[in-house]
Amino acid sequence: MADPVKLTIDGIAVEAAPGTLLIEVAREMGKEIPAFCYYEGLTQVAACRMCLVEIDGMPKLMTACTQPVGEGMVVRTETPKLAEARKGTLEFLLTNHPLDCPVCDKGGECELQDMVFRYGAAESRYVEIKHHHEEQQWSPVVYFDPARCILCYRCVRVCSEGMGVNALGIVQRGAYAEIAPNHTDHLNCDECGACIDICPVGALTSDSYRYQTRPWEMNHVGTVCTHCSNGCKTTLGVRNDQILRGNNRDRSGINGEFLCVKGRYAFDFNESDERLTTPMIRKGGKLEPASWSDAIRFVAGKFKQVADAGRRIGVVGSARTTNEENYYLQKFARQVLGTQSIDHQRSGDVVTLLDALAGRQNALATVEDLYQSKAVLVIGTDLAQQHPLLHWQIRANWRHHGAHTYSVTAGPVREDQHTVGAVRAAEGQEIAALEQLRAQLAAEAELAIVFGDSVKGDAVRQLVAFGDSLGIPVKYVCLVDYVNSRGALDMGLTPELEPGYRAAADRGMTLPQMLADEHLAALWVVNADPLRDGALAAKDAFVVVQDLFLTATAQRADVVLPSASLYEKQGTVTNVCGEVQRLKKAAQTMGAKADLEIIGLIAKEMGAAAKMGPWMADKVFTEVQQVVAGYNVPLPVLATGGAAQTAPPSAKIGVETDPALIRSARDTLFTSGTLGSYSRKLDSLLESPGSLYQGEDALALTAQ
Amino acid sequence: MLFNEPSPLETKVLSRRFGLPNSQSVETFVANEGFAAFRKAVAMTPEAIIDEVKKSNLRGRGGAGFPTGMKWSFVPRNNPKPKYIVVNADESEPGTCKDRLLIQNDPLQLVEGMMIAALVVGAKCGYIYIRGEYRYLIDIMDRAIADAYAKGWLGKNIQGTGFDFDVFTHTGAGAYECGEESALLESLEGKRGVPRIRPPFPAVAGLYRCPTVLNNVETFASVPSILLMGGEAWANLGTPRNGGTRLFCISGHVNKPGVYELPMGFNLMRMIEEVAGGMKGGRKLKAVIPGGSSCPILKAEECDIAMDFDALKAVNSMAGSGGVVVMDETTDMVKVALRIMRFYQHESCGWCIPCREGTLWLKKILTRVEGGMGQRNDAALLHELANNMLGRTFCPLGDAAAMPTISIVEKFRDEFEEYIRRSPMANVAAEESELAVGA
Repeated sequence: MADPVKLTIDGIAVEAAPGTLLIEVAREMGKEIPAFCYYEGLTQVAACRMCLVEIDGMPKLMTACTQPVGEGMVVRTETPKLAEARKGTLEFLLTNHPLDCPVCDKGGECELQDMVFRYGAAESRYVEIKHHHEEQQWSPVVYFDPARCILCYRCVRVCSEGMGVNALGIVQRGAYAEIAPNHTDHLNCDECGACIDICPVGALTSDSYRYQTRPWEMNHVGTVCTHCSNGCKTTLGVRNDQILRGNNRDRSGINGEFLCVKGRYAFDFNESDERLTTPMIRKGGKLEPASWSDAIRFVAGKFKQVADAGRRIGVVGSARTTNEENYYLQKFARQVLGTQSIDHQRSGDVVTLLDALAGRQNALATVEDLYQSKAVLVIGTDLAQQHPLLHWQIRANWRHHGAHTYSVTAGPVREDQHTVGAVRAAEGQEIAALEQLRAQLAAEAELAIVFGDSVKGDAVRQLVAFGDSLGIPVKYVCLVDYVNSRGALDMGLTPELEPGYRAAADRGMTLPQMLADEHLAALWVVNADPLRDGALAAKDAFVVVQDLFLTATAQRADVVLPSASLYEKQGTVTNVCGEVQRLKKAAQTMGAKADLEIIGLIAKEMGAAAKMGPWMADKVFTEVQQVVAGYNVPLPVLATGGAAQTAPPSAKIGVETDPALIRSARDTLFTSGTLGSYSRKLDSLLESPGSLYQGEDALALTAQ
Repeated sequence: MLFNEPSPLETKVLSRRFGLPNSQSVETFVANEGFAAFRKAVAMTPEAIIDEVKKSNLRGRGGAGFPTGMKWSFVPRNNPKPKYIVVNADESEPGTCKDRLLIQNDPLQLVEGMMIAALVVGAKCGYIYIRGEYRYLIDIMDRAIADAYAKGWLGKNIQGTGFDFDVFTHTGAGAYECGEESALLESLEGKRGVPRIRPPFPAVAGLYRCPTVLNNVETFASVPSILLMGGEAWANLGTPRNGGTRLFCISGHVNKPGVYELPMGFNLMRMIEEVAGGMKGGRKLKAVIPGGSSCPILKAEECDIAMDFDALKAVNSMAGSGGVVVMDETTDMVKVALRIMRFYQHESCGWCIPCREGTLWLKKILTRVEGGMGQRNDAALLHELANNMLGRTFCPLGDAAAMPTISIVEKFRDEFEEYIRRSPMANVAAEESELAVGA
């Protein structure tokens, strides 16, 4: 690295790397130079003229957002002259601003408001007529109020640079210049809402939050989004146990400020009218409301009866319950119910990958690695649709570091915008097609490989062999579907593997085998819906379902127990890269219980409470840390909202799993399994013409 | 195709071929020293050419007056990227109408200037960005370019010299802002015409982020005569540090408005009285805008001045683009300020806050004052708001709007106060006004 540059800011001597912008150096020093248009990670526009500073020897005021440090530079960031300049600029800004702060969503967390409080004039000298533009709705979630817009172009930049969607632009000029959507009067985009979050004022607002509340009336709870496996940190705005907003306003966590449409809007399933709020027991062919104690006693009695009779019990776990719940469930199944028939819907061949990489250090990529690796290879997946954070990371890596991106996919993907090697290969043919990229890949310094569910079984071993043959450090990400799909595997929700990928002594039935088993006596389904597109062969089986909604499986159940959602729980989840993050309870739904508690209550009723241990998330996690290989992660990292990657097993797993069991749901941006189907917001986007990609935009998913 | 009869006081260098029969053709051009400078340049080293241009004291004719030779020397000639020549023919500064004559009467002189610049930096391609309103000029330019290709003066291996050069015309779409060099490049690249952050300057990262020589039409058109006369002789036509001649566009209340080629440093009063035939109707001179509407205005008593970059800067004005607007005693300066501000408000690209909002506010105040509804402190407010724009905008358009306003309010404040005295709102100040909106 080049020698640091020495300069003085407000009388304080500092050093900074050459090329660092003054505004960044000042920020490091804890000095906030005011700015609207400057935004870390996006290109410079220098349009707002707020960040002006005085530099000795320069006749004009300079913009700190474009001025790199210079040796011996003497900079002043707060002087009467600068205060006057900022006051003048703010006065200009307010001339055509509606000043409707009392009803504006942004009031209280508005950067313009803050700035006017700090630098602005108390009185307006503007006596002319303000020009007004009507508010516009651009999509089911995006509203635009042009009068409030200060034209900082953050939205335009985050959409084009960050997302690669290019749905926003500028029309007209001068005082009449306006941000405009790509389809004249509506948006055809990812509906990610990044433009809304990044807006410093209340010009862009979201359908779900607008006119709902004021920011200071909410609790802001940092937890993890419950939808896909990327595990984005989200900050939920909660008032009276109702979630009103999802964003990541503190830019914390593995995703920074990134969230997709699901993270920002699809929390509304939590408030769905169809949420189950009371246990139900089937009586006379109908599910009738029952008390918790009756329902638990009934379930425990049945389970005991079936177990004591030595009849077969199947347990189906979930990809959207916590690690603690998954661990506790399999422990209960194996130790109390005495069954090895426990499974869940698998969506990626993590097992084969971990087996192939056993004993290696640094072979699994983190979300951060996708932003740092000098090259990234994407195989058999459309990340922009299915794993939006990973797409964002790879794109940001290209934007900020010039990383090379390669793809081997069935159809066009958004990475094509900046790819250095794109190969089209039918599903299942990806590994053979890799050879076309061999020379290019071998010339890279390092590589991160992300692969979807079409690469499974032997193909995974071939992929690792290919990676080894390149002679460069390679890291892998095996894609899985949901928020804790990875954790479900880690916690041993499979008949062949116990927690930490230890081979099970004797194997029980897999999920399809359970469904096909005519002699199955009981089936316990926790937050899963295997009967949505499957049938239960055992007509008389006693079926218990824990879920948020009356799913297809719940409709078949004999007892239905209402679960709390991931937003209503404590615990941890493990994302697609094997990173563990901790949840924070944000809300609660009356009548629903966390699955951990439900399992605990059943255990207690069956007299197995002592064997199972307390059903407190922290206690269970302590056990997980001791029992599950790789989960001995540093607690302070989790406690402070960080993500800690688990270590892969140190030895070969040595258990073959059936690749046929692995099937991704291939959700798009606008679907998310069971939860997604109860999100009115996602529904409205699916039904809204123009909100989905059409024609040329159709991405690989539909091409497949 | 001239606006006016030539004046005997003119020094015809750039305009020496104006009015010749068929002056746009290669035949006429070549028969009258055309491409002679190019031939000379082919035999010179790039350093020698730059040296001649430096010696000529040629300064950018678009308005900023930056020494052209120095600008060319900034282009990194060893950069592996392609180099481009771009001509700024987006002539849109109110009061300026010289580039159109240079293209209309002698388009190949411009092409020759481009070719010499291309020899200097090793460019193979040049673009002429012509303002959209100059539709007819594009046709003339295209015909001249086609003629040059047909006669072997453009294209591959020009006249057996081994030098390749292509020229294309490109039209603007009616935005004043695209006369700003970086906005011009954005527009030329097919993007929205807004200025770029500088540095890097076009010399280093211009068109398609490649090294680019970007000059005004008149600047390029001056280069062939510099090489033919020699830099020093050309420089001696003008004043120290302001070499050569330039085309002054004299408009307003004079008897013979028109475009006249005069040496740099020509006296403004002589220009009005002797070249442009004196004040119309014998009325008294009141004020002059010396170099296009963005230049601070000169009062009559300030007009005994040499018209070059340094002398005008010394009186806090600018030589600008050579658009001399002469106003007599009947001129209403409030209306002048309003007319100028209407232009800049209309042309503000909207990129940065002070210019976007400032021009509109200033226009609204001026409209109100002119409409008889001025308030007590409006003149002071105009002055302060214009000062709040000055030096704080992204590109010079904000300054271009602020500077004339400041100077008009300062120098003709009594006229504003007279308007306000007659207003029923005369005793109200903005911050006390019931019209004031919000906090």
